[in-house]
Amino acid sequence: MTGTATLHRRPAKPPAGHGPPSPGRTPGEGRMAALLLSPTLLVLALVIAYPLISAIHQSLYRAQSGLDADGYVTEGEAFVGLANYADLLAGESGQRFLNAFGNTTFFTVTTVLLETILGLALALAMNRAFKGRSFLRASILVPWAVPTAVSGLLWRWIFQSDGIANSLLGSEILWTAEGTASKLAVIIAEVWKTAPFIGLLVLAGMQIIPGEVYEAAKIDGAGWWRQLGSITLPLVKPTLLVAVLFRMLDALRMFDLPFVLIGPGKESVETLSMLAWDESNQLRYGSASAFAVVLFLYVAAVAIVFVKVLGADVTGARQLGAKRKARAADTTEKTGATR
Amino acid sequence: MTITDLRGLAAETPAAGGAGTRASKPKSSWRSRSVYAGLALIIVYCLAPFYWMVVSSLRRTADIFDNTLLPQPFSLENYAKVFDGSTMFGQALLNSLIVAGVTTVAALVLGIFAAYAISRLEFRFKSVILGVIIATSTFPGISVVVPLLRFFTDLGWINTYQAMIIPNLSFAIPLAVWNLTTFMKQLPFDLEEAAMIDGCSKWQAFRKVLLPLAAPGVFTTAILTFIHSWNEFIIALSMINDPKIQTATVAISKFTGATEFQAPFGEQMAAGVIVTVPLVIMVLVFQRRIVEGLTAGAGK
Repeated sequence: MTGTATLHRRPAKPPAGHGPPSPGRTPGEGRMAALLLSPTLLVLALVIAYPLISAIHQSLYRAQSGLDADGYVTEGEAFVGLANYADLLAGESGQRFLNAFGNTTFFTVTTVLLETILGLALALAMNRAFKGRSFLRASILVPWAVPTAVSGLLWRWIFQSDGIANSLLGSEILWTAEGTASKLAVIIAEVWKTAPFIGLLVLAGMQIIPGEVYEAAKIDGAGWWRQLGSITLPLVKPTLLVAVLFRMLDALRMFDLPFVLIGPGKESVETLSMLAWDESNQLRYGSASAFAVVLFLYVAAVAIVFVKVLGADVTGARQLGAKRKARAADTTEKTGATR
Repeated sequence: MTITDLRGLAAETPAAGGAGTRASKPKSSWRSRSVYAGLALIIVYCLAPFYWMVVSSLRRTADIFDNTLLPQPFSLENYAKVFDGSTMFGQALLNSLIVAGVTTVAALVLGIFAAYAISRLEFRFKSVILGVIIATSTFPGISVVVPLLRFFTDLGWINTYQAMIIPNLSFAIPLAVWNLTTFMKQLPFDLEEAAMIDGCSKWQAFRKVLLPLAAPGVFTTAILTFIHSWNEFIIALSMINDPKIQTATVAISKFTGATEFQAPFGEQMAAGVIVTVPLVIMVLVFQRRIVEGLTAGAGK
């Protein structure tokens, strides 16, 4: 019945409404969609929108204790405007913030860069494997499946002063104390856990490249490097962009690994997440919220750059759009033919 | 599979094949050897740290600093200590199971409805809504934790399961919606259409046709969501300070020995193995599905 209703309705619709009029759209669908989506959107409002608004609100206040007229200690929160944000750039807390900001950026850039290179290499190697592929895939999933907190603990053990890393290297480095070595320890542990993930994603992208493309390149005399540069990399680029974006967003909020591997409050590995967590632990919600808001803006900025500038197609929306366009072209052709 | 196996064999034994092997691969023996060497390297890279955790967990406390590749002598001492009751590790495992289980079920129920709407219904602002749901997955955990910590403190929810489960939905729902949407979009619409022409309502078509077809996708999504929730750390760390409610990942990060100077590494490794083994088993059994789910967006 709905089918006939649409058939009658379609010609009556104005050609340029809001959004492309798609075939099969019935009046009840919008209501049904709203009904089905509302629980999800409601929960997301509670766990995402509310915290975001609340964090912005709290970041404008600061806990203050003072003496009232009768000499009693009063505890309360005073509106301080943007003072919490101004403090990010000045004074002692500013220094701590800039250090955490620097660490976060440093870890994100180095780990994602190494993961991408290593992940690509893993994918290239796996793409050539014929035997034992499922064993390979299972072992590559192991680092991914190890909980980050456990991997922090595991690498802490490996990097003990008298642990296996030092005895293999014949060195006596204090990996888990402050300093450059601890930064390196975090990077190694993070790359171990996440490079296989990038490898898997890139491998999926490689496997949809048709073999004929390579055959043709071979006939044209293209060597391995030439094939890599002119076929493999350009064709896996969309997949790689999405993988790198997700890894970057993940790395920007890094918390568990440095927290467990090195410990909280260590200057050389403190990230923005750790700093905000520490501040809220000290009940300084105002500055903790300011840090959380800055981190959120940082993450959002990176995501926007990737999607808008580099064109990472995260939702598959571009493809949907293309399909829709094709469908629209198809229907106009048909109607043109019948007329 | 058979074709690829044959191809692998052909690549390995060029001499036996003689002129029969492909002329385009003159260096295939050397090449396949280097490929397999590379693969061995990958396997060692991925498994060696995990192996070290397992081996260390099976040593006695006295020889925890040994560097032998196998525990000598083999001992379950650390495992016995983990469960001797003083650390409440068993309870922590149960808590993890409850929190991750409820999070997964809740995210799936909400996610199935949302994904159905997005993949099957036509409505305004569809791509905006999908975009917003996916964008929420980028939201940093700490930005959820700081405000909610205060809110839940006011509600008296600190040290409750819901104080972990509800914030967990902030990452579980986007994950579930995205995965399920990708999966449902791949399913042909014709069957449902046929069912509706036969007189089924949309709801019946959803329940009797789409849902059974989507079961593998739902299952994959369930595994991924469960693993993510099981691994969750920052929310559980912040919302809970009572060891009775603590989840396993937080519990092992707080394992400390009698003295500050000698961390109980053996016990930590044993606990780490226990927390990881269910996931590794899942990975081994469902590897194909997990990879499918992880790469859902990539293969388009």
